[in-house]
Amino acid sequence: MADASLIEQRMTRVQRHLHLDGQLLTAIALLSGVGLAILYSASNQDMAELQRQLVRLSVAFVGMVAIAQVPPKTLQRWTPWVFLAGLVMLVLVLLVGTYGKGAQRWLGFGPIRFQPAELMKLAIPMMVAWYLSRRPLPPSLSQVLVALVMIAVPTALIIMQPDLGTAVLVTAAGLFVVFLAGLRWRVLLGALAAILAAIPVFWMFLMHDYQKQRVLTLFDPERDPLGAGYHIIQSTIAIGSGGVYGKGWLNGTQSQLQFLPERNTDFIFAVFSEEFGLVGVVQLLVLYLFIIWRGLYIACQAQDNFSRLLAGSLALTFFVYVFVNVGMVSGLIPVVGLPLPLISYGGTSMVTLMAAFGILMSVHTHRRMWLS
Amino acid sequence: MASKKGQGDNRLRDQIQEKRLFTRRAVLAGAGVLGLMGLLGGRMAHLQISGHQHYATMSQANRVRLVPVPPNRGLIHDRNGVILAENRPTYQLMVIPEQVPDLEETLAGLGAIIELEESDLTRFHNQRQRQRRFDAIPLKFRLDERDVAIFATNRHRFPGVEVEARLSRVYPQGEHAVHAIGHVGRINEQELQRIDSSRYRGSTHIGKSGAELQFEDLLHGHSGIERVEANALGRVIRPLERLDPNPGTDVYLTIDSRLQRIAEEVLGDWQGSIVALDTRNGDILALVSKPTFDPNLFVHGIDRETFQALQADPSRPLYNRAMRGQYPPGSTIKPFVALASLENEIKRASERVFCPGFYTLPGVSHRWRCWQRRGHGHMNMEDSLVQSCDVYFYDVAYRLGIDRMQEYLGGFGFGRRTGSGVPGELPGVLPSREWKRAARGESWYHGETLITGIGQGFFLTTPMQLAHATAVLANKGSAHPPRLIKRIERNDNGEVSDLPPEEKETHFKLRDESNWQQVVDGMIASIRGPRGTARSIAPGLEYEVAGKTGTAQVFSLGQDEKYDADAIPIHLRDHALFNCFAPADDPRIAVAVVVENGGSGGGVAAPMARQVMDAWHAIERGQPIPRPDPPEEEDAETADG
Repeated sequence: MADASLIEQRMTRVQRHLHLDGQLLTAIALLSGVGLAILYSASNQDMAELQRQLVRLSVAFVGMVAIAQVPPKTLQRWTPWVFLAGLVMLVLVLLVGTYGKGAQRWLGFGPIRFQPAELMKLAIPMMVAWYLSRRPLPPSLSQVLVALVMIAVPTALIIMQPDLGTAVLVTAAGLFVVFLAGLRWRVLLGALAAILAAIPVFWMFLMHDYQKQRVLTLFDPERDPLGAGYHIIQSTIAIGSGGVYGKGWLNGTQSQLQFLPERNTDFIFAVFSEEFGLVGVVQLLVLYLFIIWRGLYIACQAQDNFSRLLAGSLALTFFVYVFVNVGMVSGLIPVVGLPLPLISYGGTSMVTLMAAFGILMSVHTHRRMWLS
Repeated sequence: MASKKGQGDNRLRDQIQEKRLFTRRAVLAGAGVLGLMGLLGGRMAHLQISGHQHYATMSQANRVRLVPVPPNRGLIHDRNGVILAENRPTYQLMVIPEQVPDLEETLAGLGAIIELEESDLTRFHNQRQRQRRFDAIPLKFRLDERDVAIFATNRHRFPGVEVEARLSRVYPQGEHAVHAIGHVGRINEQELQRIDSSRYRGSTHIGKSGAELQFEDLLHGHSGIERVEANALGRVIRPLERLDPNPGTDVYLTIDSRLQRIAEEVLGDWQGSIVALDTRNGDILALVSKPTFDPNLFVHGIDRETFQALQADPSRPLYNRAMRGQYPPGSTIKPFVALASLENEIKRASERVFCPGFYTLPGVSHRWRCWQRRGHGHMNMEDSLVQSCDVYFYDVAYRLGIDRMQEYLGGFGFGRRTGSGVPGELPGVLPSREWKRAARGESWYHGETLITGIGQGFFLTTPMQLAHATAVLANKGSAHPPRLIKRIERNDNGEVSDLPPEEKETHFKLRDESNWQQVVDGMIASIRGPRGTARSIAPGLEYEVAGKTGTAQVFSLGQDEKYDADAIPIHLRDHALFNCFAPADDPRIAVAVVVENGGSGGGVAAPMARQVMDAWHAIERGQPIPRPDPPEEEDAETADG
């Protein structure tokens, strides 16, 4: 016991020194491990794919550690410039960006390809938090309106790419800041009513056909069983056939036999559900819940409004990822192209996510201890 | 921030309030998160618990596919085990489009080393439209050894192209015994309606004619089935379980391949048929119909042109003359009529009829000619058989009358199928008053009775029928129906069973054995006698043969015209026939020979029959088979009627 506590103390010291949060780190490591295992299965035991994912994870991890070293105050100073740079790049991407999968999302700097929208996932909550934390909370109505503009401009640019998933995320991230800052309830309810009223307009003028298609097939996947509905039908078959205990690792027939589309990326949760069953699913959701809880806890423990609002927003955004992805795969909400955080194959969003965790850790480890 | 100092307390209080406000909001958000997570959990539980059964079934239906496994077709042997039809791996060139980097280039490259027909390419492209990209599509069937070898050395140049071996029906003897064996072909629309689809699952071929058709039930076996796991694209991943097919049964025909070959050789290029039966059990020892065709052509789907050429060929190679060729029996009917005469006490054997070269009926001006225009003079029964005197038999027929003659000849099996079960067998025609009324709507004339007595007129018989009738005669009125199958060997348990002959049928009872002996003596004398129509086959004959020549008119001569073989086109020349059994004192084999437009029964058909009998004589004794003589084109040394 003495040894154990000694190790714990030493660990804590190391963590403090490196500005890392042990609990968050453990949960992230656990999740990444599960992710690699399930990716191995979903990719039909493709070691090369696994290695690439491992490299990405490592790069993202390094990024997280690096950002954790930056004190929140410094981050706060950089915020307007980061946001401005993000906006410029969003405009650039529409002008000179490269196409991929029917959308214009990439900016190339030599060999490095970069999605400005990813940066906005961090830059928008930072900017809104920066802006609202300049005055005492709760914000005034005019402040809220300015904040909404700050959210709306980049969101509009992202929708134009088009990238619905990211647009949902950045909007959520920005709105979470406003909400956490203490937006008055009557304003909130009024806004909600306005949004409901705006939905038809949105549908008629702003949504692409493929996006409408996704929404329509949600309500009736059988409408187009071989086209848009195929994803949902096959993923619900995968989930449902997994049952309580699952078919076992590497034994999911829906995924191993390629009935399930996009099983490495957006639909990897269906692979997990098929192979590990409800028991596995509950454990995974609990793990996610723990990470979100830890994020909110860190936010509540933060010592200034900027840190607080930013950390809270990042934690809730992380939840949006999980909810949208799992909801989509299980047929609860329309198919919106969002990966399952830390598990889906793919690089860019992982770096952003880890950067967000880096910010959370920075917020938690740069507190002035003498005050508490 | 100048006001910082003064507002320090306020600021602190604000900060505490702000923190409280934030915490409230965070807790609220946390509750929201929890609620929504609960929603997700509920959704998952709904799918995985209450929906499990439903989705598990769907997932199972997704992955499991049934793949039929066709059975191996039984082999066909001759009576001694010589293989007549077997399954051999044949090689075909298969292309898997998915694995071919450049299809055009690959096809061009393949064309340079293996001969590809235009039709191969067209079929390939058509099939490619319909199939999935990972399915192998045949580019060329039946590669020969050379093609396979050439491809093997070049295979590295052609990824996605491979040579596939599969079992397909092969008739190793080619045209040998083709009309007995028959052939298989692709299952067509009509057959698809008829067959039991579970039994034929996965089978592509079915017996089309001959033994392949007659014994289809035995030969085919029963398809098995394999449950396989297939992926979303239909690609088979692994087998799950397998219900083995039940292989077809091997069949041993009654045909003796050696005798069959002799019979084929002696018939040579003549059109016609030779049938040899074992008189003791009905075994069909040889069944020849000429011309022949190569049954292997039909296995892989014969191309249009070849098939049309075969069908349009005026010599009709596809036509099984032994079972379906209907010829006037001509004089070969005379022994049967002679026996009818004796048994019905129309004439005693010694009673003579004067032949002036023609026959007349009282009150009718028409003269029925004897083939011997000069006339035979006084003929008793034996003389009339030896010299084949028509006038004698006109008289017998007239006195016998059509009704008794039809009844008696019917006893030998004329006018009905022999019961061989060979598909497509025709019954011939044994004319009678009823038959004529039904077929022609006319009443019967006396003159028709006369020419029926010499096997002309409406009378038609198949070579098989003639051989069978001869066997009935040899057995004094009873015989086993002809049969083509002798033994079967099951491939699932190796069980061999010799099939008993068909039930022996008694066609008639002899009233007096000596009548039969007198007819047989006449038939022997037609060979041994100095004036016998078949005396050309007597020299060197080691056993006694009872036989009768026949010449069947293909078209009628006018009242005073003379038959001149050289003056009429070959397809209108008389058919040459011969029927016989041997040995005469202990019959074992009956042979019927029909040579279309052969001209002379004694000169053309009889020597063929003798060589077949010689061969069988040698085979039965285990002696070397004498080399057959090449058939003679023309031999009119002895003419007959």
